[in-house]
Amino acid sequence: MKANGKPNDNEAICPGKLNQRELLEAREKVASGPEYWRSLEELAGSEEFRRAVQREFPKGASEWLDPVSRRGFLQLMGASLALAGMTSCVRQPLEPIVPYVRQPEDLILGVPMSYATAMTLNGYAYPQLVTSHEGRPTKIEGNPQHPACLGGSDVFSQASILELYDPDRAQTNLYRGEIQPWMTFVGALRGQIVTQRATQGAGLRFLTPTISSPTLAGQLRSLLQTLPQAKWCQWEPVNRDNVRAGAQMAFGQYVETRYNLLDADVVLCLDADIFSAAYPGNPVYARQYASRRRADPGFVPITDVLNQPLSRTAAAMNRLYSLASTPNLVSGKADHHLALAPYDLERYVRIIATRLGIAAGGGEPRNEYEATWLDGLLKDLQAHRGASAIIAGDAQPPLVHALAHAMNAALGNAGKTVLYTDPVEQNPVDQTAGLQELAADMHAGKVELLVMIDVNPVYDAPADLDFSGGLRQVTGKLYHGLYSNETAQLCDWFMNGTHFLEHWSDARAFDGTAGIVQPLIAPMYGGKSAHELLNAFSNNPDQSGYDTVRSYWRTQFKGSDAEFEPWWRQGVHDGFFANSALPAKAMPVKSITFPPQAPPADGIEVMLRADPSIYDGRFSNNGWLQELPKPLTQVTWDNPVLVGPAMARRLDLKYGDVIEIETSAGRKVKGSLWMQPGQPDNTLTVFLGYGRTRAGRSGSGMGFSAYPLRTTAMPYVLSGSRMRKTGEFYELASGQGVQDMENRRIVRAATLDEFKADPRFAHREEPSPAPGETLYPAFPYTENSWGMSIDQNACVGCNACVIACQAENNIPVVGKQQVARGRRMHWIRVDSYYKGDPANPRVYSQPVPCMQCENAPCELVCPVGATVHSTEGLNDQVYNRCVGTRYCSNNCPYKVRRFNFLLFQDWDTPQLKMLRNPEVTIRSRGVMEKCTYCVQRITKGRIAAEKQDRAVRDYEVQTACQQACPAGAIVFGNLNDKTSRVAALKQQPLDYGLLEDLGTRPRTTYQAIVMNPNPEIPEPTERES
Amino acid sequence: MAEIRTGELMNVRHGRPAVLAPGFNFGSITDKISNIVFAERTPLIWWLTFLPAAFFVGVLGVAVTYLFYRGVGIWGITIPIGWGFAIINFVWWVGIGHAGTLISAILLLLKQTWRNSINRFAEAMTLFAVMCAGMFPLLHMGRPWLAYWMFPYPNTMTVWPNFRSPLVWDVFAVSTYFTISLLFWYVGLIPDLATLRDSSVNRWTKLIYGLLALGWRNSARHWKRYESAYLLLAGLATPLVLSVHTVVSFDFAVALVPGWHATIFPPYFVAGAVFSGFAMVLILAIPIRKVYGLEGLITMRHLDNCAKVMLSTGLIVAYGYLMEVFFSWYGVSQYEKYVTWNRAHGLYAPVYWSLIACNVVIPQLLWLRKVRYTPILLFTVSLFVLLGMWLERVVIVVVSLQRDFMPSAWGVYIPTRWDWAVFLGTLGFFMAAFLLFIRLLPMITMFEMRALVSETTEEVKLQA
Repeated sequence: MKANGKPNDNEAICPGKLNQRELLEAREKVASGPEYWRSLEELAGSEEFRRAVQREFPKGASEWLDPVSRRGFLQLMGASLALAGMTSCVRQPLEPIVPYVRQPEDLILGVPMSYATAMTLNGYAYPQLVTSHEGRPTKIEGNPQHPACLGGSDVFSQASILELYDPDRAQTNLYRGEIQPWMTFVGALRGQIVTQRATQGAGLRFLTPTISSPTLAGQLRSLLQTLPQAKWCQWEPVNRDNVRAGAQMAFGQYVETRYNLLDADVVLCLDADIFSAAYPGNPVYARQYASRRRADPGFVPITDVLNQPLSRTAAAMNRLYSLASTPNLVSGKADHHLALAPYDLERYVRIIATRLGIAAGGGEPRNEYEATWLDGLLKDLQAHRGASAIIAGDAQPPLVHALAHAMNAALGNAGKTVLYTDPVEQNPVDQTAGLQELAADMHAGKVELLVMIDVNPVYDAPADLDFSGGLRQVTGKLYHGLYSNETAQLCDWFMNGTHFLEHWSDARAFDGTAGIVQPLIAPMYGGKSAHELLNAFSNNPDQSGYDTVRSYWRTQFKGSDAEFEPWWRQGVHDGFFANSALPAKAMPVKSITFPPQAPPADGIEVMLRADPSIYDGRFSNNGWLQELPKPLTQVTWDNPVLVGPAMARRLDLKYGDVIEIETSAGRKVKGSLWMQPGQPDNTLTVFLGYGRTRAGRSGSGMGFSAYPLRTTAMPYVLSGSRMRKTGEFYELASGQGVQDMENRRIVRAATLDEFKADPRFAHREEPSPAPGETLYPAFPYTENSWGMSIDQNACVGCNACVIACQAENNIPVVGKQQVARGRRMHWIRVDSYYKGDPANPRVYSQPVPCMQCENAPCELVCPVGATVHSTEGLNDQVYNRCVGTRYCSNNCPYKVRRFNFLLFQDWDTPQLKMLRNPEVTIRSRGVMEKCTYCVQRITKGRIAAEKQDRAVRDYEVQTACQQACPAGAIVFGNLNDKTSRVAALKQQPLDYGLLEDLGTRPRTTYQAIVMNPNPEIPEPTERES
Repeated sequence: MAEIRTGELMNVRHGRPAVLAPGFNFGSITDKISNIVFAERTPLIWWLTFLPAAFFVGVLGVAVTYLFYRGVGIWGITIPIGWGFAIINFVWWVGIGHAGTLISAILLLLKQTWRNSINRFAEAMTLFAVMCAGMFPLLHMGRPWLAYWMFPYPNTMTVWPNFRSPLVWDVFAVSTYFTISLLFWYVGLIPDLATLRDSSVNRWTKLIYGLLALGWRNSARHWKRYESAYLLLAGLATPLVLSVHTVVSFDFAVALVPGWHATIFPPYFVAGAVFSGFAMVLILAIPIRKVYGLEGLITMRHLDNCAKVMLSTGLIVAYGYLMEVFFSWYGVSQYEKYVTWNRAHGLYAPVYWSLIACNVVIPQLLWLRKVRYTPILLFTVSLFVLLGMWLERVVIVVVSLQRDFMPSAWGVYIPTRWDWAVFLGTLGFFMAAFLLFIRLLPMITMFEMRALVSETTEEVKLQA
């Protein structure tokens, strides 16, 4: 030992161990170096190795210098290298076997861990908390503490985990079809950069989606500083150009608009589907809206995922008005709705604005009913100045957005219910104009190096730009993304990218809150993130994404290094940086002269909308989203063309008829028809995102592409179109049987006045058995007794619960043919029922999980006793006892039991094995399955509570559907806990059981709907047209 | 009388044809029946019916193999219609079997001697029908290799089947039914097997029949034992006629599905079973007596009686249909009302109205003596009845399930080619088994017919 207490170099350590140490050091050097192959000979030449050799074979060390026996030596050394770690000591040191060579700290095998991160869609961050089993992310939830989601989730977030494990993801970098390593690409790129420097980047173009990542924007900006002639374009097919242009028109600059629906007594949505997963901030709006739907101030309030209430305690019920061209979630739920073709919608917005004092023209309403309707709306808006909100949908023309801003200002909503902030995206521009310019440059041959990151313009760019034709004129084409898609196929370089669960990044949510995206798994296929790709353009090509993001935030943080580290760690832990939301600012509206509305075009108005499940096509290969029945239509695996009942009758159109749409510019596509109650007359709606050719096994060839119809001038509404019948038939697979309640009181609803007159309206006319009305003694549930209450006032029909359940419980995807046969496997389904006039019906969305009946009909009839009742009230399905007679399903009046008619589960694909939740059995063919109230979560919660010798707390155990619901509609808990929310909800008079007259005594009950109609507006059935 | 065909000299008593044509004696009866078995050349028509039947047995084999390989998803069943052709055919076949047992057991206990000439092949029909029926509960299971779990055997899982479930009762009912029918049929065969043993020339047939005859010596002691055994078995089999199809009807009646949950189901099903069973007896009897020249043994009296039983049970079935409509109208349940409306006007309305035509309207022709006494017309009516009873099971199983409580779960059942393959396969199996039976075993009970000879001889003597 040396004087300072440290061991002498090479002396105090046991000689045998010394060898081991040297060899291990040498090995580590090889293992931790850059990922290129280093020969054993190189290793043999290293200093450490030589020293090890000398010690191990002291006599032979001298022979090393002898060239003749060097070969013999190398042979011996080869063995030594291979056996590095084995010492020459007689006694072997103990080496306990551990599953990890380097086990991550805090990891306990069998206990999953959660990490906060975020997904980006259209530039906005969707905050998430991801559960990881042994280093594999398996389930995504909303981030409970994040102000931009309040713990709620959406279908895209829930399904994005499948995208990570998509077997059709690209796994290699390619240059013209040949696999190339990363370093080759970097080398090739350096050559290109040098060339571009000569012209200051005149031939360099970047094409990205909307970016809200400060780091990525920073990288691009600094790159553009060094190459000032290069250009950065952003392109999203379903973009917010109209929103931006509207803001420009109204304020003279780009602003981000967000809403505070907690304080809004009246909400008017102008074709704005604020509940859909694609709308920025939708979880917050759904929950805020739901919390204002309390019919009685004494009712249980809506809470967030952490069970914190939102609503003002004394707030009265809000009222939702909707004008829409295509039925959407808002129009179905609205207290009052008008179905208007796009031309009429704009006209009516103008009328409303004129009545509010803004000179916008518009004329007169079409008929007496609609005049009364508008009168009632305006009276309501005027009566709630400063407590109303007018929201224009993204697809509306800029003028409608500007009118909405002007109307909100006129009503004094600005700063209260409507808040303006700086834009969330890093570089707000007119994306269509930018793409147009890029396409022009491409066609002119000006583009020498085009770098496309995560876009698919060959598939989704406006058809009049001929992007693929332009692409052929580009010399160097580089594509970076997850899939080798339609665009990637035409590029020279394909660099496989990373999923957001595999990389470090950052993003801003809809309210501006900045958050870090942290990876949960190392890149599965060795991909590089966009940050790392851009680093290859810079002088620091080896910098990792982590370092890039971290160093950016270091520059943003005002403080010392010592203060930065805890701040950074807290941010990464929480998923967001506290207080980083963009502050609201005052935005005076310019005085605008609104041009008069152009006369209507002759013909049909065809609307192009993003698909509710597939969005713009990016989720095409996501089997969960393909199989998800779309809200309202319930169609799966295809994009239907929606036609209204009057038009269908007039033109003798039937379900499944294939029609050809021809726009005024002569572009044509064919699609299959779906009858849509509530679709305005003389309009058709077509959904984008289908008809892809290179999406993967689930996406390619499904549906038809509507993008060929789209032009830069007409992105959302194609006026003056025509249609003709082709006489062909194309089956559309629907996930629901019939969408009419057929005079059965399945969803019970009444108006607020009716409720006040008779709070127990939900229980009239329905003879349900009294609690004691049975021959059998009640089972004493002494411990826990689980129950669920679903608030139909809050449920917006977004389907997040369906995907959450599918992810949590390993539910298989069965494909279009099986869905058409009624064999979809979703344990919870959201049924849509239309009620009222087919031209303008109300839509009721009802989530139907297993009712866990206390008096279950299924338990009686199973011959082998595979379905039994647990001591906590659950109806348990025992998979390994089930022989598959399906009697239980026949006897279930709710039809919530799903049967594996064939082997629906994928046994073979290795990536999907990583995806599955290890806590839930995978069911084989011939076995019945159904909702279990997430019994795996219940068991885990109960065990955790038992270990601490206490009862399970309310909201400690949450079912997957409950946790995902953005509106907080599904409440689950212990009925024996008198303080639980679910127990309180079941005491409310609105609480009723579905089909309870059958005596099943369901544990899942529903809160009846209370509508809040404006007394000035008569019922739609009374109108004249 | 003018209605009775000349050429069939019948002794007429009480205005009805005799049970056995005159002119037979012990030897001629025995010969007539055993010659069919001992015939050197099988008639061509036998081959012409057997080969297609054997083909369909092959189809059945293929269909079942594919079913086990891929799963029940190859059929058209779905949620909500979890039961399709498999259960329809199961109930249909089991129902058909009941006629045989009624004829063999109940008519025996009621001392109706006219049963003697038809009881053996009717009982064989029962056996083969129950075999066909018994395949379906196994085939329609999602995991058929675990079918033995439905039997109560002591096991390491310490789990018994759920005795509250009608499917477990089915297991007992059908297995009991098959066992008793087999024993009953076999015991009844023993004296005739001995006859064949004694009169066979070929060494191998002598050996096989001899083994099967279990050493019958035709002694008084053997006869005494035979009579007791046979009566006992008849006593055991009699309640089965009522209980088996009652238990099968419980598959439906115990469930809460509207259209199933009705107390009328047990008697309605039993009547329907006898109805379809007698139709099948007639469909078998009429060609057989023509082809094999057995009009003297299976006389118009038999056809007339079978037709009358068919008519009366058909009326009970029609009453059942009427009652279903009545309690749907009279009752409070909107779901029941909808079921009746759906049957008459819904997607499967053609099936329902065909059912009414086949089961209610056409059998009324049996009131007419002319129809009952014209074999070809009787055969046609029986075919319609058989079809009608199959359609009834379709209406009960499929139409009730396709639209029950939740409209969001309403669906459609479209049978696939594999559904049809299995069904036609069982038809082929039944035909093939039956044809083998009439080729290899005496299709009419020789000793019971011999007992009738003395009766008719007495009558002739009286008349003379």
